Amino acid sequence: MKKNKKLRLATIWLDGCSGCHMSFLDIDERLLLLAEKVDIVFSPLVDVKVFPEDVDITLVEGALGTEEDLHKLMKIRPRTKILVAFGDCAITANIPSMRNPFGVEDTLNYIYLEMGADRPQIPTQGVPPLLPRAQPLHNYVKVDVFIPGCPPSADTIFFALNELIEGRTPQLSQMTRFGA
Amino acid sequence: MSGNTTIKTFVIDGNPVSATESETILDVARQNGVNIPTLCNMSGLTSTGQCRLCMVEIAGSNRLTPSCVTKPEEGMEVVTESPRLLKYRQMILELLFSERNHICAVCVTNGNCELQSMAQRLEVDHVRYEYLHPKFKVDGSHPKFEVDHNRCILCGRCVRVCDEIEGAHTRDLRNRGIQTLVITDFDGPWGESKSCTSCGKCVHVCPTGALAEKGKSVAEMAKRRQFLPYLVMRRKGASK
Amino acid sequence: MTNEELLEIVEKEAENTAKFRHRLGVCTGTGCMSSRSAAIVTELQAEVKKRGLENEIQVKKVGCMGLCAAGPIISVQPENIFYRDMTPEEAVSVIDSLDSEPLHEKMIDISEPFFYRQEKYALENAGVVDPERIEDYIAAGGYAALIRAITEMTPLDVIQEIIASGLRGRGGAGYPTGLKWSTVAKIESDLKYIVCNADEGDPGAFMDRSVLESDPHRVLEGMAIAAFAVGASQGYIYVRAEYPLAIKRMKAAIKQAEKMGLLGQDICGTPFNFKVDVRLGAGAFVCGEETALLNSIEGNRGMPRLRPPYPAEAGLFQKPTLVNNVETFANISGIIGDGGKWFARIGTAKSKGTKVFALTGKIKNTGLIEVPMGITLREIVYDIGGGIPNGRKFKAIQTGGPSGGCIPAEHLDTPVDYESLKALGSMMGSGGMIVIDDTSNMIDMARFFMEFSMEESCGKCAPCRVGTVQLYNLLGKFQQGEATEADLATLEELCDLVRNTSLCGLGQAAPNPIVSTLRYFRNEYLEKMKPSAAAAKEEAR
Ligand SMILES: Cc1cc2nc3c(=O)[nH]c(=O)nc-3n(C[C@H](O)[C@H](O)[C@H](O)COP(=O)(O)O)c2cc1C
Ligand code: SF4
Ligand code: SF4
Ligand code: SF4
Ligand code: FES
Repeated sequence: MKKNKKLRLATIWLDGCSGCHMSFLDIDERLLLLAEKVDIVFSPLVDVKVFPEDVDITLVEGALGTEEDLHKLMKIRPRTKILVAFGDCAITANIPSMRNPFGVEDTLNYIYLEMGADRPQIPTQGVPPLLPRAQPLHNYVKVDVFIPGCPPSADTIFFALNELIEGRTPQLSQMTRFGA
Repeated sequence: MSGNTTIKTFVIDGNPVSATESETILDVARQNGVNIPTLCNMSGLTSTGQCRLCMVEIAGSNRLTPSCVTKPEEGMEVVTESPRLLKYRQMILELLFSERNHICAVCVTNGNCELQSMAQRLEVDHVRYEYLHPKFKVDGSHPKFEVDHNRCILCGRCVRVCDEIEGAHTRDLRNRGIQTLVITDFDGPWGESKSCTSCGKCVHVCPTGALAEKGKSVAEMAKRRQFLPYLVMRRKGASK
Repeated sequence: MTNEELLEIVEKEAENTAKFRHRLGVCTGTGCMSSRSAAIVTELQAEVKKRGLENEIQVKKVGCMGLCAAGPIISVQPENIFYRDMTPEEAVSVIDSLDSEPLHEKMIDISEPFFYRQEKYALENAGVVDPERIEDYIAAGGYAALIRAITEMTPLDVIQEIIASGLRGRGGAGYPTGLKWSTVAKIESDLKYIVCNADEGDPGAFMDRSVLESDPHRVLEGMAIAAFAVGASQGYIYVRAEYPLAIKRMKAAIKQAEKMGLLGQDICGTPFNFKVDVRLGAGAFVCGEETALLNSIEGNRGMPRLRPPYPAEAGLFQKPTLVNNVETFANISGIIGDGGKWFARIGTAKSKGTKVFALTGKIKNTGLIEVPMGITLREIVYDIGGGIPNGRKFKAIQTGGPSGGCIPAEHLDTPVDYESLKALGSMMGSGGMIVIDDTSNMIDMARFFMEFSMEESCGKCAPCRVGTVQLYNLLGKFQQGEATEADLATLEELCDLVRNTSLCGLGQAAPNPIVSTLRYFRNEYLEKMKPSAAAAKEEAR
């Protein structure tokens, strides 16, 4: 990768809890070091509305839970060189997949109708329909790097990003694992 | 041991080693610091060769051999690590992860689980097979323990320890294929078992979060296995 | 029972037979019984009695004659006429026809290759003797070989005849029978067992059932000879519970043989003892695997054990055990009676004798056939089988059931023997043969067998238990046209894993239907891939 030009980094969350992004922020003052090497061109942390073209690295947090998630992922993939499955939800569908054994209908009925809400009703307006099953990213697109962890530690994230910036594939197996 | 023990010499990963009549390739490898991946095996229990992780190559044969149940032969050349073996071992782990619902982040044995740490060791950072996401029940009827079939890898250790060490034979298996279930007595609730002595041995030999003590939260269930070598030693002593 | 006593029975039976002018044999195999052949027997017997012809016309139950699709079948001897699709009502007209014109429209043309291209050996008595009468079997030469073996031969002589015959196991793997016997014979033990594997779990296979139903004594005789040869005193026949008729006839046969002193203590006045019991299986395919079968007989869960030790060394209750298939045992009396060399004259260099197949699928003559080893697949399909019906084209033939593979048209001239079939990526198997025509899709077929293996996997080892499910699901993706190139790679990789790492033969062979259809019909898979992926594939070429 070219030395003089800053790399373009994007982050996004799909069906996740934002924990991985929080852990990303936990790298604290090292964010400044990162900022010297990358521009954050899209992220829930910055105010850009459209996912740009020509992104170098994209961290995707969260599983594919809705049709909208899938739509976003399909848009991101051709626009980024390195797509990173960021955290367990992106890699295994993790917590969102806990609904999978029960199916969409039973899950919605249980949560919205049977759990004793004041006005039991399944929301349909302004929410994207659920996919039949929450799924990992790599079931739909090619994923270049996997960073397991729920969430991956700040150290893991910093190390992984640094390696990527330096043009290396991060070897993470000693630093993190599923559920770490 | 008497003076006329037959000793066999053979080779593990290029190093000459020796074995008695009763030792398996895995036993000898462990003695020599070679750490062959295993899941179903547990020192002190019968080996059943069912997880297939401990498969090794033997020079001159294209067939893989489960080292936990194979006795070495004089002059045999064993290879415990190769690209092919690694690939197979990774695939088997991926299959196990895909089979039931392993959600480490919310699991009682998170951080203390053999399946999880084996994945880390063999660098399995994602699972290429579609998750089957079956629907299995949790049996919490026992006052002290619970069984969550969603985390079971059907290694059979609990069945064997209950039968071979505790002598209760409370546990067994039912059904076939991926429907196979570890059961209590005749598939009744654990809490109503007449044969279970509540010794907890099965809980502690279980490599995963399938069997756990009640009241443990995420990552709190560490297994304590010191009893097993101790009991095996006492038993050997008694039969001398 | 001595040889003289045996000959007395033979003579008496011959006299008895000779007194009838006509002998009607009604098939009472499971196939014909399900289309009311038992009622035909009753009807015929009543009619004969009504007409006062009991001393001229014999009505007897016989076993399967092979052409099951044409059943119920009645044979008329000595005229050697066979009638098809009989009903109790029509059967009476057979009696009317006996001394006049035969019922032409119901006659089976026995000049067809279906009849003359077959070579009956294991099925020699099937459709001829009454399976419920030991005297009938004896009249056909039965038990002479056993008496000869135990009174005139040493165990070693017997084993040498078997070795000379070149007989190989008919249960699937084709292990040399003589070698297996001599291994068990050599191992010293106070107790040894003989086990007859009649689990027959392949979908569509019914060879062993037919042998047990049609000629149970032949299997018993084979087992007794084996027991004498290896030094065993107890035998078990492991039959699946879904075979009630076979079980009933086998149990009756054991009683009859015990009564005549052909089984039990001091057989034929010699110190040789051999007892046989029937054990029922619950119909799990994996229980046909010999070590799972032994576990099941012992009363444990039918899961395979690790081999070695092989059953020959440590089998049933850890004692040396000889496990052979039904058809293997059915070949023994012939070999001892006529000599191993005589048996070895049929077949190819390495595959001797005949093999029974259950011919099914898209073929005119479905049913049970017995053919000499070395016959080509083409002869089986076009001569014996009568070709493909409805003007369709032959596409492939699946041998070896869920553990076997398909063989396409270009290999139709392959001789049927263990090695040739294996070289084509299929196997002899226990004898299922399914003909597939050009209306069938090979992915569907592979998935059908994968479903079977997946459901029958015992669940013990991870690669087979989960791998077969993943393979089944992947094939589903192909059927839906949803598969990608990555899926094809995963499919092939998983086949390789399951084959090389599964614990027992079920898992090791389970990928075969996929591997062989990929080998011969890869295009069908490529056509079913997602358009984009398929196009990319095309460009890459
Ligand atoms: C999954 C599986 C199923 C089998 N089913 C049968 C069966 O139904 N009948 C049989 O005779 N052999 C079966 N076999 C083969 C037996 O394990 C064994 O090889 C055979 O009974 C030996 O007899 P033979 O030497 O006479 O062939 C099966 C093997 C496997 C792996
Ligand atoms: S049993 Fe192990 S692998 Fe499964 S969820 Fe729990 S920690 Fe993860
Ligand atoms: S409950 Fe635990 S010990 Fe028992 S089979 Fe399952 S994973 Fe193994
Ligand atoms: S290969 Fe299949 S049938 Fe055989 S032991 Fe393994 S799971 Fe059971
Ligand atoms: S440890 Fe040997 S097969 Fe599981």
